[in-house]
Amino acid sequence: MSGHAEALSKEQLWSGGKSPFSISYGKMMMWYFLVSDALTFGGLLTAYGVIRHASADPWPVGEQVFESLPMLHGSYPLIYVALMTFILIISSVTMVLAVEAGHRMDKKGVIKWMGYTFLGGVFFLGSQAWEWSHFIHGSGGGFQLSAPITVNASDDHGGDVSMSLNAGNWVHMTSDLGHAYEHALEHGDKVEIANGQMMITSHASHDDHGHGGHGHEADAHAMASTTTAYPLELVLNKYTLEHKDGKDYRKLTVSGAEAEKLMKTMAPNTVVFGANLKKNEYAVQQQYANFFFFITGFHGFHVLQGVIINLIVFLMAYRGVFEKRGHYEMVEKVGLFWHFVDLVWVFVFTFFYLV
Amino acid sequence: MERDDLIVNDSYSVNARHSEEEGKKIRKKLYMVTVFLTAITVLEIFMGVYFKRNGTFMWETIKMSFLLLTLVKAAYIVLIFMHLGDERKNLKYVVLLPYALFILYLIFIGLYEGLSVQNLNNTFG
Repeated sequence: MSGHAEALSKEQLWSGGKSPFSISYGKMMMWYFLVSDALTFGGLLTAYGVIRHASADPWPVGEQVFESLPMLHGSYPLIYVALMTFILIISSVTMVLAVEAGHRMDKKGVIKWMGYTFLGGVFFLGSQAWEWSHFIHGSGGGFQLSAPITVNASDDHGGDVSMSLNAGNWVHMTSDLGHAYEHALEHGDKVEIANGQMMITSHASHDDHGHGGHGHEADAHAMASTTTAYPLELVLNKYTLEHKDGKDYRKLTVSGAEAEKLMKTMAPNTVVFGANLKKNEYAVQQQYANFFFFITGFHGFHVLQGVIINLIVFLMAYRGVFEKRGHYEMVEKVGLFWHFVDLVWVFVFTFFYLV
Repeated sequence: MERDDLIVNDSYSVNARHSEEEGKKIRKKLYMVTVFLTAITVLEIFMGVYFKRNGTFMWETIKMSFLLLTLVKAAYIVLIFMHLGDERKNLKYVVLLPYALFILYLIFIGLYEGLSVQNLNNTFG
């Protein structure tokens, strides 16, 4: 029984009349493509590893950089990326269920599960787009110091730490303060640092003369302006971890007079908010952001390709192309691609966010 | 040597078909694997949030276990979801062995060279 060749129709067998591994040409080539793509991603992740291990400065910590949820304030370390991972794994499961339905020639099942897979992919893409947008927008920005300085900071247990900083060290702003400061800089508003606060005076953008003034007050101000005060709250080691005196220090807050000292030692041309094509606020090692965009972007691009191909195959199944063909092997082949995308994400998630 | 290009027992991939009962068993297995993968992911997240990075041996162990858990997840996805486990042995080897060898070497070289650069940075930089 073994070693006895089946007589199959010519279009199913490869040109030589046989088939290595009992597998169709399309599936074999899909596996070869996946190996080559896996090598590409492997190379990218290894490059990330090399740059990271070559750096003498502390590298950003995943759960400190990625801790926001859409439309919510507060710190939810890694929750959103966990949700994204879960969505992608579930879409992989619905994909394999579609393949299983295809093996039973169950057209309705295939359509249902491919539909869910498509939705999962779209959700993942949307989530990744939000992550990028939030990363680019930033969480308050930061600046570098122009001279060495020693300040008192407090950690999240309320304990006090004396930090000696050097010129070039990064200091970050909390979200509220940083966004207000960014706004003020963009609009050319007046910024004053005093009494442990930042006073921002914004000019109203309408005409100088108030119409139909309200008594004597109309003469006092030629141009209406409002001054808002923001309490100074700066963060040291916002994205990194420092081992000092036998303890780990992360996200140390500096406020009041100490924060004023830091603001006055700011090197003004080093202020940066979020990430742009030139600078980013996330690390001394500017490549951190570059790798984030490149690796997750390249992966996201693959997800997009997968989503498009899934949609096409979904429509083909819907129109009965596979029923006519007699087999749902195309679903299996795109399934392989989709699982590969999920697999890469598992590795990116581990190396970028966890470790 | 066994010829691997002959179709045996109608096992050609295009003809791969199974009945409803077999389908039930297969789906059950898929659901079990899903739960398992989700459990591992939840464990990894918990570890990632709870254990902070520092220079201690504990952290190195945690890092190693992240890698191991990821490899376990990868193995389950490739062997069961991508059905590589159901394919011929030779196909499994053709896909996995070159990749494994190359990646192991790449990782070794990457870390070795990276640490060397760090060392040089610390000494001269």
